[in-house]
Amino acid sequence: MHTDKYQHHDYYLMDELLTDEHKLIRETVRSWVKKELSPIIEDYAQRAEFPKQLVNGLADIGAFGPYIPTDYGGQGLDQISYGIIMQELERGDSGIRSTASVQSSLVMYPIYTFGSEEQRQKYLPKLATGEWIGSFGLTEPSHGSDPGSMVTHIKDMGDYVLLNGAKMWISNAPFCNLAVVWAKDENGVIRGMVVERGMEGFSTPETHNKWSLRASATGELVFDNVKVPKENLFPDIRGLKGPLSCLNSARYGIAWGAIGAALDCYDTALRYAKERIQFNKPLASFQLQQKKLAEMITEITKAQLLTWRLGVLKNENRATPAQISMAKRNNVAMALHIAREARQILGAMGITGEYSIMRHSMNLESVVTYEGTHDIHLLITGMDITGISAFQ
Amino acid sequence: MNILVCISKVPDTTSKIAFTDNNTRFDSSNVQYIVNPSDEWYALVRALELKEQLGTGKVSIITVGLAEDDAIIRKALAIGADDAIRINALPADSFFVASQIAEYAKTQDYKLVLTGKETIDYNNAEVGGMVAELLGWEFITPANKLDVESDKVRVESELGGEILVLEAPMPVVISAAKGMADQRIPNMRGIMAARTKPITVVEPFNVAPLVAIQKFEMPPAKAGVKLVDPENMEELVRLLHDEAKVI
Repeated sequence: MHTDKYQHHDYYLMDELLTDEHKLIRETVRSWVKKELSPIIEDYAQRAEFPKQLVNGLADIGAFGPYIPTDYGGQGLDQISYGIIMQELERGDSGIRSTASVQSSLVMYPIYTFGSEEQRQKYLPKLATGEWIGSFGLTEPSHGSDPGSMVTHIKDMGDYVLLNGAKMWISNAPFCNLAVVWAKDENGVIRGMVVERGMEGFSTPETHNKWSLRASATGELVFDNVKVPKENLFPDIRGLKGPLSCLNSARYGIAWGAIGAALDCYDTALRYAKERIQFNKPLASFQLQQKKLAEMITEITKAQLLTWRLGVLKNENRATPAQISMAKRNNVAMALHIAREARQILGAMGITGEYSIMRHSMNLESVVTYEGTHDIHLLITGMDITGISAFQ
Repeated sequence: MNILVCISKVPDTTSKIAFTDNNTRFDSSNVQYIVNPSDEWYALVRALELKEQLGTGKVSIITVGLAEDDAIIRKALAIGADDAIRINALPADSFFVASQIAEYAKTQDYKLVLTGKETIDYNNAEVGGMVAELLGWEFITPANKLDVESDKVRVESELGGEILVLEAPMPVVISAAKGMADQRIPNMRGIMAARTKPITVVEPFNVAPLVAIQKFEMPPAKAGVKLVDPENMEELVRLLHDEAKVI
């Protein structure tokens, strides 16, 4: 069984920017990850299986809807708390963090923000306890970075709408109890709705043979003449801003999560470099290895400060989508680079399941693509500073 | 049955230890503090288990410290303690701390006072025994298992490779050690509930400490491992005799 020796790294004394409650939340999630997640995650990732037994624990530590008000079963925490939870989960595994991100930001957030009071009461408490798991259907087989061109559509049938189409690359799809789905109406206007498992014509085939996020279940959402009652449609939200606001929330969590993966890789590489002897001295005494480690902690520290500031802005409801894009892009690329460098420090041991680095590295290949690709986020920054869109 | 659990703030085991003021004071800057593990994992959790079993009573925690210690108090409250008492003073020495706890406990109706076996900072393992003496109660340490049967406790204590099974009437002071309970990770509801649980701040009772720290010294650095050729037994014997001085 894997022993998690992780120690936190806080080079710029960032803890002084956090409240005691933030630190207690971090300690709680970290303890849970060390006790429940780290000992089993490598095995589940190797077998490409989602460890379903973690769902109750994830709910207990507040990973499902931390910033959703307590009236609806959430925790009523601030955005920095949400970020910290995502950081600590992804320190364990990006796939498990993804499950929590989807549940919180892509399912509970839209139901809370766009749902009717009846929808909130019906779904949110059960999602907060993990009794129900949700998924989010936006991306389609032919429409990834360009979701506005989606072809999944609904037709008004009076009491219900008839939903047809398919969504792809959907986390949690194979076992979700419900899906928040975005589809176009007869006028080409994007609408959001909750599709429940058991509705006739709704199926969720699993995507197999992934080399990434292997401990997270991914699949498709297939709609074949699904009759969705009209009370399942979000009443007022229209257009792409609905799904994009969900993605903003999720991307914010990913920006924090990526720091967790980077910290774990750095921590592993630093310990290994100090212990591993070659040429009669520790690896850490060689300049080329020190360069790698020093650059890692520099980049992690920069990302920590960037992301903490983003959290403050998010708490004040002032974080712009472009600011969130910058943090998501920067931090995931940073983490991916650190994972690769850390893997080199560990040499051949770095590719084995004895250490978490290769798993993080493979996971981050998904994270750098999902929720807005690395390139698209750059173009969002470009559009923001020039006022000219390079992709529309 | 009301239970009082004594908790202490200690540096995280990964903290870098340094001294200041000409090596007369522990340098607490940049030190991350935690609840002393045996106070938290064993004493507090077993107290909560007993309360859950009995279905009545209250679990209170007490610490001697200043306002900055509220962070570790909130953690103990998040794990499940009902309320907290903070004696508003720096913990000068074990006698001072024990006296504060005993003086406070005298004013309340506790049947059981639990401490951890020892703290991981000074490892004195003194407070529990002193509290018992000052209260005139029985004291058992180390307690690896604890059960309550009507008005007495039943304790298993591992000492010298043997397990002693002991009984004592309540009220009693018990110092908890490994085996008594499993660590409980607070859940988010506990953390939220801890926000509003009361922390009673009590000004210190007038007690003079018995011990003053004159100076801190770091232990000598560990010497490296010496490898001796298996063919050279004479050298091994010489090293064990002359340098290690163990034979």
